[in-house]
Amino acid sequence: MTRLLREYEKVITIISVLIGSLLIWEIVVRVFSVRHFLLPAPSAILADIFKNWDVYLQNSVATLEVTLTGFALAVIFGVLFAVAIVHSRFLEHAFSTLLVSLNSLPKVALAPLFVIWLGTGMASKTMVAVTIAIFPIVIDTALGLRSIDPDVLNMANAMRASRWQVLLRVRFPNALPALFAGMKVAISLALVGTIVGEFVAGNAGLGNAILAAQATFDTPQVFASIIVLGLIGTVLFYVIDFLERKLVPWHASQRLSSGMATA
Amino acid sequence: MGSAVIEIRDLSKLYASSRGNVLALSGIDLDIAPGEFVSILGPSGCGKSTLLRCVAGLERGTAGEIRVNGAPLDGPPDGLGVVFQRDILLDWLTIIENVMLTAHFKKLSVADLKPRALELLHLFGLKGYEHRHPWELSGGMRQRAAICRALLDDPKLLLMDEPFGALDAMTRDDLNVELQRIWSLSPKTVMFVTHSIPEAVFLSDRVMVMGRNPGRFLGDYRIDLPRPRTLSVRGLPEFNDYLVRLREVFTSLGMMKKE
Repeated sequence: MTRLLREYEKVITIISVLIGSLLIWEIVVRVFSVRHFLLPAPSAILADIFKNWDVYLQNSVATLEVTLTGFALAVIFGVLFAVAIVHSRFLEHAFSTLLVSLNSLPKVALAPLFVIWLGTGMASKTMVAVTIAIFPIVIDTALGLRSIDPDVLNMANAMRASRWQVLLRVRFPNALPALFAGMKVAISLALVGTIVGEFVAGNAGLGNAILAAQATFDTPQVFASIIVLGLIGTVLFYVIDFLERKLVPWHASQRLSSGMATA
Repeated sequence: MGSAVIEIRDLSKLYASSRGNVLALSGIDLDIAPGEFVSILGPSGCGKSTLLRCVAGLERGTAGEIRVNGAPLDGPPDGLGVVFQRDILLDWLTIIENVMLTAHFKKLSVADLKPRALELLHLFGLKGYEHRHPWELSGGMRQRAAICRALLDDPKLLLMDEPFGALDAMTRDDLNVELQRIWSLSPKTVMFVTHSIPEAVFLSDRVMVMGRNPGRFLGDYRIDLPRPRTLSVRGLPEFNDYLVRLREVFTSLGMMKKE
């Protein structure tokens, strides 16, 4: 009961701060008569979103489609890759260094290559999203698969559990909290990758809308697109957060916040 | 000799490290008869856990031989149950699922063993906690669940590595009585590692006293106390005699201070 009340207070605080900042922004723009193409008033941005809502919806759907496809592929291949690395010393040696050097590369720079190879359709944008999002998944999952209590492995070995059983029943559930930590980073990175893809190979999506609006100095549309993007990113993050609470209730950080007995 | 469940001959274990070699076990000889409850009693770091891990097939000795049911040991033997010092229950499984893990890992029938799992949990006072998660239980309850997991397929050989070492004294007494009761219901060969003299005397048919550097046996004591044993056994003068005798082994070697 009190927890619900506290959650409610938190939401009220966030909304008040948000409305307050928007009000100050609106007042500053009006009082100092800031030019429209430099900094539009929040009211003008909102008006643009409402007037052209169908265009924003269309662009959002296009962006979301690429982001979610890229994210899903990053999770599937990232987990498979992590399992391969953890289970084979050869693969670990072969790929660990490669992985680190690839990760330190600015993956955005690869975007033009994907356009050359895959054209300007969905495939190239998805590939940019996957390339950026897959690294936290691989690194965090591999860490989660490895960081297992040696006594748990002893227990399983004493019962002569197969390697496959240990992977499915012990290592994988044990790695879930780490996988979710990786996914929270990856979902935002997938969105970044998608926008970069739309910048270099634009014919749809919010990234494309931002570039098009910039070319015509339609600053309200640039802001409106950014705000929609921010909303999408926030919602996606909280969807993963929600799934984590549902699927990994045993994770210590969740346990403490939900006030369960830890004795 | 051939009738022993466990035969250990001249077992030694050498750990090589950059700071020099450590002889964890040296010249260990031990025969454990079927249905015998044998405690390995010794101070921490004497290699008693290493010995248990060797018998469990989790580690190999450097020299010597271990035979279980007459066959040289090569990996964990059949019909083995192990209880570790920590309960190592899996947090993402409920208590009943943790107990049933034995059926999955040993590739036994899940349907057949489910009633047995519930029965064991009830026997150990965990009725009503079957569908709770480990983190919702106290340390003593968790260790009870871990014992149920080890007992699920009624193993002929039970290895226990200081299973009550991390528990408070009252819970420990409680579980000693319970273990003793369960063991008399379904006698099995038990190798029980502990550093508690009263615990070793209370539970065992035989106490093997171990010393350290290197880990070796210092004595073999038969405990002739009536069974089934309840906590009142601890009030018997014979019980106290055993305590005094065992303590003397350690004090004579300077491993415990004389009072």
